[in-house]
Amino acid sequence: MDASPQTSAETQPKSGPIGPDDVIVAEDVVKIYDGRRVLDGVNFRVKRGEILVIMGGSGCGKSTLLRQLIGLQQPEQGRIWIDGSEITRLTEEEFINVRRRFGVLFQSGALFNSMTVGDNVALPIREHYPNQPEMTVDIMVKMKLSLVGMTQFSHLKPAEISGGMKKRAALARALALDPKLLFCDEPTAGLDPTRVTEFDELTLKLCKDLGVTAVVVTHDMTSAFRIGTRMILLNKGKVWAVGTPAEIRAHPDPGVKRFINGDPESEVRQDADSYLQDILGES
Amino acid sequence: MPITLIRFFQHVTSWCMLFSNMLYWAFLSPFHGKKMRVNDLFRQMTLIGVRSISIVFLVMFFMGLVLAMQSAETLQKVGGLAMVGGLVAVAVMREIGPMLTAIVLAGRCGAAITAELGTMRVAEELDAMETMGLNPVHFLIVPRVLAMVIMAPCLTILGVFMAMFGGWLISVFCLDQDAFLYWRKAFELLALKDVYSGMIKSVVFATLVSNIACYFGFIVDGGAEGVGRSTTQSVVTSIVMIIASDCVLTAFFYFI
Repeated sequence: MDASPQTSAETQPKSGPIGPDDVIVAEDVVKIYDGRRVLDGVNFRVKRGEILVIMGGSGCGKSTLLRQLIGLQQPEQGRIWIDGSEITRLTEEEFINVRRRFGVLFQSGALFNSMTVGDNVALPIREHYPNQPEMTVDIMVKMKLSLVGMTQFSHLKPAEISGGMKKRAALARALALDPKLLFCDEPTAGLDPTRVTEFDELTLKLCKDLGVTAVVVTHDMTSAFRIGTRMILLNKGKVWAVGTPAEIRAHPDPGVKRFINGDPESEVRQDADSYLQDILGES
Repeated sequence: MPITLIRFFQHVTSWCMLFSNMLYWAFLSPFHGKKMRVNDLFRQMTLIGVRSISIVFLVMFFMGLVLAMQSAETLQKVGGLAMVGGLVAVAVMREIGPMLTAIVLAGRCGAAITAELGTMRVAEELDAMETMGLNPVHFLIVPRVLAMVIMAPCLTILGVFMAMFGGWLISVFCLDQDAFLYWRKAFELLALKDVYSGMIKSVVFATLVSNIACYFGFIVDGGAEGVGRSTTQSVVTSIVMIIASDCVLTAFFYFI
């Protein structure tokens, strides 16, 4: 991308107090790894009922941003509110109550291989509601698995099902505690185009039917434009562009256009001689 | 300060933090309403203890044979062949039993724990656990550490008897000693201090091995290669720590 990123302040106003419809507010989030600012003052808001898609090239900081949002890492600077709680100031104990309100779908699914699909979905229910009778837990698990069409695979272990099924089972587990907020990290990575379409439609249906707000990190453009109601494009740790899918498509920045069209940043070198000339600096 | 030394102190600090966290979840959290995961504990006790019995028996049996043959050579010169039983019993109870059992556990179970937790780290299972509000130390480390701490002394006792049996075979069938004399001398020479010092050593070694294995599993970075590297580091560190702590404990019991 040749266009220099706009500052986050240009793309989104500073958050200030949380609005009544704000489910997530990120304010000046900075994350530093080995002296490198992976996130450099990221600001955005997610409104209730939205599906926000976070896009960007490899290494732009989108997965790092997701890790700050779900509390796996603490930003060096900035503040993050989730459903009214400022998670950057909460203790571990206090944060557990916030975690009950959101579900996370990891790129690999992250199902526990030692448990069956059913037990994977039952785990958060059993742990957070230990007094529930086992019959109630079973019914809840069946309901969650039926949402993703996995009821008949409840007894199988993750190693015995396909990649697409693992993603669906992981989605069922993410929805186990009836969260109002869902985070997805590259949900369609590694799936064939048919499965990607199916998974996108499933995500859209569940978000609509269950009234879930979603934050989806992806670099699959087709998927992003299919499910996103609003989009953020990250580049070099900053918010480069933000808007609805139509606004992103019509974005004036040539770098943004190039990214969403999947065009290469520079001409592909034709031969070894020109490559050598480039690296040796010869004219 | 060389970078290796800095890394070493970083590892020590992180290990101590994880260890204190484990102590909290193992012994204090039950008083705050966080129940011990008993099913997981029994499952780990089976994996660590029951399934290690055969290998511990085998190793200790051979050690008993070796000790009896080695000691017989010297004791024969001073006319003390009858003392073989006592020597084998004291050596395996005080020193060789706890140490060899711990080394077997480090190689068999410590490596398995590191590889399992490391694979969970790489597959984002530990992250998933955290985002569900479940503490990985409570779920994964506490059952493994407690299982090893409970099962290591049991395995040590069984291993000691196996080594004494090996020594008895040599004593009776190779040295033509009386079958009952061997056991009588063994239990005559074995003092209570030998038993409790051996058991304390066993508990300390098991604590070190299990915590080191869990620590190296938790810090895995860099995919499958990282899992392999961490597993090697876990076993090597465990064996070094077993021998180093054995030295400290032996000195402690010697001077008290």
